[in-house]
Amino acid sequence: MSFVEYSDLIQDGDVAIVYLGPESMMPVKVKQGAQTQTRYGVIRHSSDLIGRRYGSKVTCSKGGWVYVLHMTPELWTVNLPHRTQILYTTDIATITMMLELKPGAVVCESGTGSGSLSHAILRSIAPSGHLHTVEFHQQRAEKAEEEFKEHRVDRLVTVRNQDVCKDGFGVTGVADAVFLDIPSPWEAVRHAKAAMKRQGGRVCSFSPCIEQVQKTCEALVDQGFEELSTLEVLLRVHDVRTVYLPLPDFGPDETAPQTSVALKTTTLPREMPGHTGYLTFATKPRT
Amino acid sequence: MADNVDEDSPDRIKAGDYVVLKRGDIFKAVQIQPKKKAMFEKQWFLPDTAVGQLYGSTFDVAPGGILQPRKPKDTEGSTDANEAGTDNRHILDDGKSQKLTRDDIEILKGQGLKDQEIIQQLVDNSSTFRDKTKYAQDKYIKKKKKKYENTVTILRPSCRILAMMYHGREPGKICHMRYDMLAQMLTLANIHAGSKVLVFETCAGLVLGSVMERMGGYGSVIQMFPGGGPVRAGVESFGFPAHFHDTLHEFPICHVNALLAGTLDTACKDPPAASKPSVASAEEEQNPPTAEPTSCPEELKMEAEPTSCPEELKMEAEPTEPTSCPEELKMEAEPTEPTSCPEELKMESKSGAEKINDPEKEEREKRIEAKAQERKVKLEEKRKKLASAAALLEGRNADGLVIASRFHPCPVLLGLIQFLSPSRPFVVYSQYKEPLIECFTKLKERGGTVNLRLTDTWLRRYQVLPNRTHPLLLMSGAGGFILSGTTVAVDDSKPANSQRAEEPAAKRQKVDGR
Repeated sequence: MSFVEYSDLIQDGDVAIVYLGPESMMPVKVKQGAQTQTRYGVIRHSSDLIGRRYGSKVTCSKGGWVYVLHMTPELWTVNLPHRTQILYTTDIATITMMLELKPGAVVCESGTGSGSLSHAILRSIAPSGHLHTVEFHQQRAEKAEEEFKEHRVDRLVTVRNQDVCKDGFGVTGVADAVFLDIPSPWEAVRHAKAAMKRQGGRVCSFSPCIEQVQKTCEALVDQGFEELSTLEVLLRVHDVRTVYLPLPDFGPDETAPQTSVALKTTTLPREMPGHTGYLTFATKPRT
Repeated sequence: MADNVDEDSPDRIKAGDYVVLKRGDIFKAVQIQPKKKAMFEKQWFLPDTAVGQLYGSTFDVAPGGILQPRKPKDTEGSTDANEAGTDNRHILDDGKSQKLTRDDIEILKGQGLKDQEIIQQLVDNSSTFRDKTKYAQDKYIKKKKKKYENTVTILRPSCRILAMMYHGREPGKICHMRYDMLAQMLTLANIHAGSKVLVFETCAGLVLGSVMERMGGYGSVIQMFPGGGPVRAGVESFGFPAHFHDTLHEFPICHVNALLAGTLDTACKDPPAASKPSVASAEEEQNPPTAEPTSCPEELKMEAEPTSCPEELKMEAEPTEPTSCPEELKMEAEPTEPTSCPEELKMESKSGAEKINDPEKEEREKRIEAKAQERKVKLEEKRKKLASAAALLEGRNADGLVIASRFHPCPVLLGLIQFLSPSRPFVVYSQYKEPLIECFTKLKERGGTVNLRLTDTWLRRYQVLPNRTHPLLLMSGAGGFILSGTTVAVDDSKPANSQRAEEPAAKRQKVDGR
């Protein structure tokens, strides 16, 4: 397995997802001789995982069963250990398209944070692209580097432990796209410009507050960026269910023996995430 | 700028390129062809006069349709007046604030005045302009710019631009799929280089092209197509390098049942008789789009074409040109339309000139022969293509499935999901939610999937300007819906409805309690 390449069989050293239910998954590092505890009992890696096909049903010691899934950036996003607030798939999908990421693209990112977006970027730019990611928090930078190695994508990514607002991305004139998720993106806009190819490219900044967006937009215009566009995307998850609508009793009537009507419909959650952040995109013209 | 010409050459507009014209938020895809006029935003010009210029350049449209690169500093006019009012309490709407009449403006235009000069004239002749607030002045100029500016920017096509273009110009052709939804699909389906992806779409090729862009020419894409041939006008607009097309395969959806039943004979030259499915699952039988043309003989396909394709083709081809229609369609259309075959015509006239004795009969025979020969070659080609696509599908080990069509998604999904490996993502787009509810229910009954989610997204854009920041417009509801999920090994011991509490069955008793 790798985050950037499918394989059919589970192998020693893979990171797989043990699927207990949509709300209950766990990432597992597959290791000869290791065991994983679930609420359905224990999974023995040597016999239950290694050599089995991804997507198979694995019976645990207590007789319960789970599915073992191939890792994807989307599954990683909902299972990764949080070191920071992370970006979720809805924003990631929008960012990927609006930054025009594709195989071969060179991308700069800061901060690395928990690596949720990083893995998605790597998936999209493999096998020939590269990600330069900057994280000023040393422990987080190291942890991210470790994960990239463990996930076998380290050849596609360079992690730099520095302050992007002061020191930039550590590269100049190479990036097709730049992504900023930092508290003061406006301080990094000139570094973003410097990191980008002279042919131009796309930039995105993610900020939770509108004041940050305003400052960033000003900085982008000052630096000559064009095609500014700020947007917000929210996900609505529809819960598919059958509801039963009772019929009122109109008194004795042989022709209407029904007391309720079944209806297949969807409901929206009573509460949902109403805001993640504003996404500001811009194009760097050719210089 | 001109220090290194070689370095710039890949960024220069070339003849034959597929490009996107942009003005404001409006896009239009065209191919750069010699002397071919383009009509865009009520102005016409010759895109080929931009050949040799850099992508991303903005042009002024000069008389005669010639595109002249706009100087970078040109864009900001000298229209900013220093005087401005604070409020509008003294501004009266008497309809006489503009001293220039319509005719005056036409005369100015006729003099070949630059847009900025016209706007300056309008400002100078507006008696209320100076009393307007700074913001209102900005707004006034912006509005006039939009009206009189005759510029066009030429961009390199991308999934982002084309998705926004189709959504803005022709949403009906892409099943009203909003661009953020397309973005969700590509991500949820984990589209990436090196995988083997099935695509079934009737979105003019936009979805197919987007998938191909994300795969970067690595791996393979199998387009499952309905009717006589795949629609790919949108794919052409991406302007992919030739090798991308080597990774693209196609398979007619009318052969899916046969392939699943193992009765598809791709070795046979004439598939109709052999391709009749002996056993078709009950699911497939109640499926209108696939069930109808199950046997799908060659003749039928050709007949079906004029009704199913040209209409769409015409629409799709509009941004480019009829000649740019996909190879397949052209080929297939030929047998029914002899006039579109120049080779044949040439042959015809030649033989007619040489043979004197009974030229008509001779000619006719020759024509029939040539036609038969041609058809044979084409059938052979088609057979080869079908065989290669079938070979790719037969392993039932595809890595992803993307469905976005005007057909009922349920039978398509239940049919095509069988070609996926376990632990692979799939996404189904529909303009409507109800068919996806059905898909959801059917998949639950069938088993073999986890992580099913029915979603849509809500997109809001913002105007961000100093002291004037607010949401731009609300786009909700019109973006369509997505059902996504992951395949898993299908359970043999089918424990019908014993699925773990993914569906809230418990609620039933509560509501139903009599």
